[in-house]
Amino acid sequence: MKKSLAVAAVALATVSFAGAAQARDQIRIVGSSTVYPFTTAVAEQFGKAGKFKTPVVESTGTGGGFKLFCAGVGPDHPDLTNASRAIKKSEMEACAKNGVADVVEMKVGYDGIVLASSKKAKHIDLTRKQMFMALAKEVLVNGKLVENPYTTWNQIDPSLPSSKIEVLGPPPTSGTRDAFLELVMEHGAESFPEIKELKKTDEKAFKKVFSSLREDGAFIEAGENDNLIVQKLEANPAAFGIFGYSYLEQNGDKLQGAMVDGVAPTFDAIASSKYPVSRPLFVYVKKAHVGQIPGIKEYLAEYTSEKAWGKSGYLADKGLIPMPDTERKEQATKVGALEALKM
Amino acid sequence: MENVATAAASSQAVAKRLKKRYAAERRFKALGFGAIALALGFLGILLVTIFSNGSTALVQTNIRLDVTFDAETLGVSPVNPSADELLRANYGGVIKSALSKAFPDVSGGQRRQLYKLVSTGADLPLRDKLMANPGLLGTTVSVWMTAGADVDMAMKGHVSRKPGVEGNRLTDAQLGWLDELEKRDAVTKKFNTTLFTTGDSREPEQAGLWGAVVGSFFSLSVTLLVCFPLGVATSVYLEEFAPKNKWTHLIEVNINNLAAVPSVVFGLLGLAIFLNFFGMPRSAPLVGGLVLALISMPTIIIAGRAAMKAVPPSIREAALGLGASKLQMVTDHVLPLSMPGILTGTILGMAHALGETAPLLMIGMVAFIVDIPASPLDPSAVLPVQVYLWADSPERAFVERTSAAIMVLLFFLAMMNLAAIMLRKKFERRW
Repeated sequence: MKKSLAVAAVALATVSFAGAAQARDQIRIVGSSTVYPFTTAVAEQFGKAGKFKTPVVESTGTGGGFKLFCAGVGPDHPDLTNASRAIKKSEMEACAKNGVADVVEMKVGYDGIVLASSKKAKHIDLTRKQMFMALAKEVLVNGKLVENPYTTWNQIDPSLPSSKIEVLGPPPTSGTRDAFLELVMEHGAESFPEIKELKKTDEKAFKKVFSSLREDGAFIEAGENDNLIVQKLEANPAAFGIFGYSYLEQNGDKLQGAMVDGVAPTFDAIASSKYPVSRPLFVYVKKAHVGQIPGIKEYLAEYTSEKAWGKSGYLADKGLIPMPDTERKEQATKVGALEALKM
Repeated sequence: MENVATAAASSQAVAKRLKKRYAAERRFKALGFGAIALALGFLGILLVTIFSNGSTALVQTNIRLDVTFDAETLGVSPVNPSADELLRANYGGVIKSALSKAFPDVSGGQRRQLYKLVSTGADLPLRDKLMANPGLLGTTVSVWMTAGADVDMAMKGHVSRKPGVEGNRLTDAQLGWLDELEKRDAVTKKFNTTLFTTGDSREPEQAGLWGAVVGSFFSLSVTLLVCFPLGVATSVYLEEFAPKNKWTHLIEVNINNLAAVPSVVFGLLGLAIFLNFFGMPRSAPLVGGLVLALISMPTIIIAGRAAMKAVPPSIREAALGLGASKLQMVTDHVLPLSMPGILTGTILGMAHALGETAPLLMIGMVAFIVDIPASPLDPSAVLPVQVYLWADSPERAFVERTSAAIMVLLFFLAMMNLAAIMLRKKFERRW
């Protein structure tokens, strides 16, 4: 018994090292959980075609993805990374330091961030200024920054309903939160001349104003799981939720999206970038791995094909907002030629 | 007279005190009962929600269509096509023409909506059917096909089937076709074998748990192989051989502390040692198993030592008195007698390991993996990871599948706990 255990352990150890030394024949992708549904859908179609193994896609978050991606070149490191924002300069530098010199950037489409509520609730239309006033920790009253005094929507604007302000949103670790802060809160803050002035004089203080959300119960951190927010909205029609467009699209029979600055969050409005709260999604490719790991070029070809990211492709079914025709073409040629990003 | 009075007074006082003591006991009992009822109530609510949500995932809507294996649509030669040709043939086209034939008056732009009634994965069973029996080429067969996830949701009542609901994933036209199919008796719900036989997928109706079950099996096998011998050896040494001094005491305290360390810390340790230092493959059940072994080892050591402590010293003394060596005393008497306790501890430790996700995030096992792993070195997910990934998917149909995955996980946990109880019942010795 003991002997066989020992033999098994030794065998396992040998096999493990033999396995690690072997070159990889399967694409490995890491990164953002927002891009994950789309990259995995492409991976599955790519695998089904049968020529290559289905790529392994990890959901690590944008920042975590870049960390792994930039750690080095070779079969131990991932080939592609998903990102819900563009690569930062510091990350490019980290990449270069570890020998990841050439990185190809592929924009895959757009994602809208929506403010939605149950269909049982009255429809509401907001401006970004109103959203800022409802959610910022400190707002401007009589020219001074004070603790947010608003408890109901009609205190902000008489045309809004008299219900309590209650918004469920993502936690600080989420990329959706970052995008929301940048696209809604920063923009909303800038609509106050006094706060805009602050941006010029004290950038740090300005950042604090728009990125601190209320902690008095009006804004509720609901965790990374957007499905949970959807369920809570159903149970509580007075509340609003902040999440990605795909969740609104999947639950369109139960939820309604609020208009932002007069534009409703529809597929067409986001695609034509009329809807203001949308962000581009990216996939980054390690050029040094192309040709080393089999299938990367073919995988990119599948991703950039019209049947995937086109207007009526399967990614649009999954909730990705496609880029305009010219931009898609541009990106496809750029990616096809593996044009590396310049620092 | 006075005595009687005091006696009566004191007996009265005693009776009062007694009453108070009984009342206290009743209160305590009621509190205890309340606590149990509350715990059972929560368990009941948990199980009822999971089962009521998940039970519908055990069936899957199927649509019956008359499929013509037309050589031209398939793109194969009409007589004796080669196996390779049949493998690559256009089965999707066959399904589309079958749908168009079922609803001949649907035109142009609406066709695309019509095609969505059937799952995009329905072509694979057709391929298998034709390849198993090439004689079907050119004939028309009536086939049950997996319906698309949105149709499935509507059939199960998760989405309203009333036309005119704004924002419904199914258009009014699609709902009309569905009603028509139902009138023709061409819609039914069948047992969802896909859920138990395939790997993960982004299409809910094609997603399965088998990859995760196999991954969990490989991981736990590695865990068992590593932590059982090591854990038992450690507990034997500490209990029977080690001198009782401050060093062994320190080790003991540390083992107890280790049992309480958050599991994500072990994940970081695994990343640093197994992946970065030893260069083992990412996302592999081998590494997952090793990390889980680190987590369950303290539990096994503690349980093993407790089981050995319970063996009466008289048995050890008798063995030694009859001339057995210390090692013989351990292997022939103490270990066999304490084995039920050790095994129970091991199974509980493994059950704990089965439910872990946090440490696996660090070593890349929280990933989308379609292929079923063939060895502990292939990338693989495990059951709790599958639950986590599905719970986070936007598709509505993944809600019930998440609950179904939890049901499967709970089933395995219950089986393991049952095994522990049975082992204890069968081999337990009382002194």
